Amino acid sequence: MINVTINGKHISVAKDSTIMEAAKANSISIPNLCYLENVHKFGSCRICVVEVKGAKTLQASCMTVVSEGMEINTNSDKVRKARKVLYELLLSDHSKDCLSCKRNQSCELQELGKTLGVEETRFEGEHSEHYLDTSVSLTRDMSKCILCRRCVTVCNQIQGAGVLNAQNRGFDTVIGPAMNLPLGSVNCVYCGQCSVVCPVGAIKETDAIQKVWNAINDPGKRVVVQAAPAVRVALGEEFGYKPGTQVTGKMAAALHALGFADVFDTNFAADLTIMEEGTELLHRLTHALTGSHAALPMITSCSPGWIKYVEHTYPNQLDHLSTCKSPHMMLGALIKSYYAEKIKINPKDIFVVSIMPCTAKKFEISRNEMKVNGVANVDAVLTTRELAAMIKEAGIDFRGLEDEEFDNPLGMSTGAADIFGVTGGVMEAALRTVYELVTGREIPFDGLHVTPIVGLDRVKTAEIKIENPVEAYKFLDGVTVKVAVTSGLKGANQLMEQVKNGKSPYHFIEVMGCPGGCITGGGQPRSSDPDVRMKRMKGLYSEDEGKTLRKSHENPYIASIYTEYLDHPCGHKSHELLHTHYVKRGIYNELTEEGSSEKELQPVKKNAPKRSVPSENTADVHSQTHKVHEQIESERILALEAENARLKNELDDSLETVNIFKRVIADYSNKRK
Amino acid sequence: MSEKNVKCESCTNQKSQKFDEIANIIDLYKDKEGSLIQVLHLAQEIYGYLPLELQKMIATSMEIPLSEVSGVITFYSFFSTTPRGEHTIRVCLGTACYVRGGKKLVERLQEILNVQIGETTQDGKFTFEIARCIGACGLAPAMMIDKKVYKQVNVNKLESILSKY
Repeated sequence: MINVTINGKHISVAKDSTIMEAAKANSISIPNLCYLENVHKFGSCRICVVEVKGAKTLQASCMTVVSEGMEINTNSDKVRKARKVLYELLLSDHSKDCLSCKRNQSCELQELGKTLGVEETRFEGEHSEHYLDTSVSLTRDMSKCILCRRCVTVCNQIQGAGVLNAQNRGFDTVIGPAMNLPLGSVNCVYCGQCSVVCPVGAIKETDAIQKVWNAINDPGKRVVVQAAPAVRVALGEEFGYKPGTQVTGKMAAALHALGFADVFDTNFAADLTIMEEGTELLHRLTHALTGSHAALPMITSCSPGWIKYVEHTYPNQLDHLSTCKSPHMMLGALIKSYYAEKIKINPKDIFVVSIMPCTAKKFEISRNEMKVNGVANVDAVLTTRELAAMIKEAGIDFRGLEDEEFDNPLGMSTGAADIFGVTGGVMEAALRTVYELVTGREIPFDGLHVTPIVGLDRVKTAEIKIENPVEAYKFLDGVTVKVAVTSGLKGANQLMEQVKNGKSPYHFIEVMGCPGGCITGGGQPRSSDPDVRMKRMKGLYSEDEGKTLRKSHENPYIASIYTEYLDHPCGHKSHELLHTHYVKRGIYNELTEEGSSEKELQPVKKNAPKRSVPSENTADVHSQTHKVHEQIESERILALEAENARLKNELDDSLETVNIFKRVIADYSNKRK
Repeated sequence: MSEKNVKCESCTNQKSQKFDEIANIIDLYKDKEGSLIQVLHLAQEIYGYLPLELQKMIATSMEIPLSEVSGVITFYSFFSTTPRGEHTIRVCLGTACYVRGGKKLVERLQEILNVQIGETTQDGKFTFEIARCIGACGLAPAMMIDKKVYKQVNVNKLESILSKY
């Protein structure tokens, strides 16, 4: 322990802790901006400066480690003044269109201004060139970027994707892909983790709200909605509930209130995924053990960010991916076939909206493979954050809503489906079903939880020995099935290197693109709670434990959809609707047709606000339907209009200033005469 | 102009030769941490500049994200992502050279070469840059063409110096 004095108070703190940590542990709060607990410690914004006795300059408290006898003042006049100046300097190159910014009132920069008591901006200097980059999933508005580099840390250190980095130097610094290429043309997987940590409105999901309102307002459309498992334990946070609070019933009620004709549950399709994926795994094992070829390990395919990552990074290992579509795509396909037939509506008149914790899902629905007869399985994806915004916009009192149920026939699910939203969940759900199919007995774990793969560790593994299987699976007797689970692309990379080198000891691997799984997906509410992952995870497990049916194959609606429509898992109909294939992309998209058509983003110019069209560089995105293009186009137009308005204001201001100066000069010269 | 438009066979051969040469250098440096800048220096020396295509090659072989490679290249003014002239003129504008007339040299050179700072002449012969002290303060005002230092240059000497190239 080390003894220090903070603001005259003697305290002892752990060795190696920073001033910021020491202060926090003793209930002293130091204003900060770029610092993000457990994620980003960089010292770029300098807002957290404190006075340290004997030091020549103010010290960034997030970076400075305490030493014995250190005397720290976090609240001296010098410190307060320095913070204000730093803040005002940050503002001087920030587009201050707060009132029309998506992050209005959820912006950390705005909040900080309030905390610091800043009431004026004295520095109206030059503005750096800025870029506007709209991709299918994410929109980057660099006029708002404050260069805190949190996104660089998550993209490089946490995800290992390395798409975003600082380009150029000094005043010209821009955070972005190499050589100012648009996100849509590089190997960004759209995991959206950057949009979660961005303190301001510089990185956000590409808006789909207006598109969904338009569909709801269209009398010719039947608008059907579905919600992913992870949404129900996070949506509440946007309405003041604690992280992990289960708001399933209120969410269903809110979706009904918003005007959706049918409120289905992606969980139903999660149960279906287990049937399909479990069967696929058994097929592959059968093939492998009876001497014919099968790509093992088989790897889950529910996470579209992960899928895009494999397509870029390991284009030659695509046969290891399960051919199953992700659950919401399966449900979309069923809504536009099975359900459309049931209610006798032309699939073209159905508009499917998915509420997802994910930004990569916005890209996924635009893939060519996700269409049946030219009709997209899903028409729009809203993130959890976007759904919350819509509920607020519609004036729905979320907290006051009575719980409601999902609609049938595509709304019922077992506990196995709930845990799809957390790392290890898909594997556990699959094992619950596969083990029982093979042996006729329940999986031998307490409370059905496969404990070795529960938790937030980066890579988790388990082995399950099959003994006394039923007659059909006799060949599996004595086989030890080895599984691995990982979340976040860094862990995935670790396991994929083994697969690539032919040294993977596993039969089945679950990968989720975001650390912790969908509970902390790129579309989830931004949280300042460092334990948010743990709390949301607990929320999902208790949702699972609260159900009587906890194994996918026990879902009666699943059984009936097979007898009524699909016949059997991995059958002909399933392959047509529920399975897919993948695209070889390569790290620089060199394996796709458009690999070479890279165009740098052009800065948004002051007089001629012309922007380059971000080239969507992947084969399928390029040939997307008109719709998606229109959507992106309207997004761009909105952005441009906003930019125009801002520039006009700026011009007006400058003209006014010039006039004032003219008057002053005139007065002055008159006086001299 | 994109490198991919180059169709001439001998150019293509020359290019792949240079790429091979750079690949060999990377092999030598690959396992040493923090050697990216060194590799970039040598690559620029061999290839003349660092276009995106070359950046990708370097990123892949060194197992460093492309955005980081490009970040380093765009950070340092020494690196260029556009083709450079045959020779690089660097006029020193360090304190000593500045007070002894370095700025006049810059102005005159802009006239003679008809380029701005950082640009390359139309005929591709010279790239014109300024340097912040080349460590030849005693010889001020100084300028460099490639690796040769010219001392106590005055405006009238410029044309005869350039004519040697």
